[in-house]
Amino acid sequence: MLITKLKEKEKIVSVLNSRNVFIFKCFGCKEVYLPEEEIDLLLTELKCMDRTVGVDYLCREEFVERYLERYKERLEKVGKVVVFSCGVGVQVVAKLIPDIPVIPGCDTHYINGFQGLKAQDVDCQQCGECWLNLTGGICPITSCSKSLLNGPCGGANKDGKCEVSKNMDCGWVLIYKRLKLLNEDEILKRHPVNIRNYKLIITGNKKE
Amino acid sequence: MNFEEKLKSGKFVITSEIGPPKGTNIMPHIEEAEHIKDKVDAFNVTDLQSSVMRLGSLATSHLLIEKGLEPVFQVTCRDRNRLALQSDLLSAAVLGIKNLLILTGDHTVLGDHPDAKPVFDLDSISLLKVVSDLMKGKDMAGNELDGIPYFFPGAVVSPGYEPQELQIIKMEKKIEAGARFFQTQAVYDLVAFEKFMEKASKSGVPVLGGIVLLKSAGMAKFMNENVAGVNVPERYIKMMAEADKKDRPKVSVQIAAELIKGMKGLCSGIHIMPLGWEKYVPDVLDASGF
Repeated sequence: MLITKLKEKEKIVSVLNSRNVFIFKCFGCKEVYLPEEEIDLLLTELKCMDRTVGVDYLCREEFVERYLERYKERLEKVGKVVVFSCGVGVQVVAKLIPDIPVIPGCDTHYINGFQGLKAQDVDCQQCGECWLNLTGGICPITSCSKSLLNGPCGGANKDGKCEVSKNMDCGWVLIYKRLKLLNEDEILKRHPVNIRNYKLIITGNKKE
Repeated sequence: MNFEEKLKSGKFVITSEIGPPKGTNIMPHIEEAEHIKDKVDAFNVTDLQSSVMRLGSLATSHLLIEKGLEPVFQVTCRDRNRLALQSDLLSAAVLGIKNLLILTGDHTVLGDHPDAKPVFDLDSISLLKVVSDLMKGKDMAGNELDGIPYFFPGAVVSPGYEPQELQIIKMEKKIEAGARFFQTQAVYDLVAFEKFMEKASKSGVPVLGGIVLLKSAGMAKFMNENVAGVNVPERYIKMMAEADKKDRPKVSVQIAAELIKGMKGLCSGIHIMPLGWEKYVPDVLDASGF
């Protein structure tokens, strides 16, 4: 199982307040607890509903692709897209619109219990602190063999393949290229040192 | 003068490397280092190089100090979490170890224990920041230290890495996190290295150019295909291929000396990685005029 929590309000309010943003929210599924009511309350409070579209199963690429087609004209005009879903949905949207920065609205946490669809099979490890807004919508934890958060190690070869396997792309080279495409590569320079908080992945075992 | 003071004074410094053995037989390695200690300013001690289980770099660095040699204690993030890393840094400080080389480290699957858990709790940049914080008397959790260590932390950079901009960004972040010197991946192309140094020298942080002794044409070709940022020019491959097996060390020394002489005006020193050919380091230094 996994649960998604709304990011702290101060972390996303400035981007949501921009008129130049488009918002997707997932309707959730039986595998994921999604705080739908909290999301709706926040979006209503910030008067964002006119910029928001709800989608069933944001993790399903074929499905989302058709949805994006429908909103193509509006998307061409926006500067950023915010996605309220688990980390899978955010990455699916980011992949389909690689030229628009995609910002996660939620953090995805792991919780013990049966899983149908496993999020880690589709590039989300439910780390509890979504990094996708800093990395062009490509997850550094699942796309880098060492899950590095501050840029690449020196191990990628000339073709941008990981030292672990020539069949695996270096996640950080992909992130760099995506940020270049988005014209957001300044993020790599100015962002302070990232350090992971492992406490966030054991919510299922902890009495809080 | 110690390593840090020499770098500050502007002396062209020379570092070499000791790869601790798999086992306890360390003395031959220490003796080899003692042999060239008048010409080498400090000796890096690798930390389970290539992810192969070996004698540790902390104990070996300590033995070097006992023999009057100056170590550069290499610390990777592959095998220890943040508690163990901080603790080992404090241990190093009480053993008199000041110079550090902070690396992310190779992945465990590349070594001789590929089933091991790769740790990477921190990476080179976050560990450099931790070192800086320890020097200010705080651990990672913000707790006060009883006794504050002093370190001279360094890091690595790969001049031939593509995309180079990404490498420069990372180098700048390492400087911001506390790196005070750099040692580079092996350099074979002086023209490319000069271009790299134009960008890298802006920060003013000293860079020691990396020298890896070529052992054969096959090794050169292998590195060109597999090692990130390494580009051995065809001319050197040909020189190695045409040499008789017994003459290869001589040709290799000649190539290294040519590179070192070329680097003299470009960077602050050199870092020789002999990878098993420690016995030829004196010849390399002689041939380079040291």
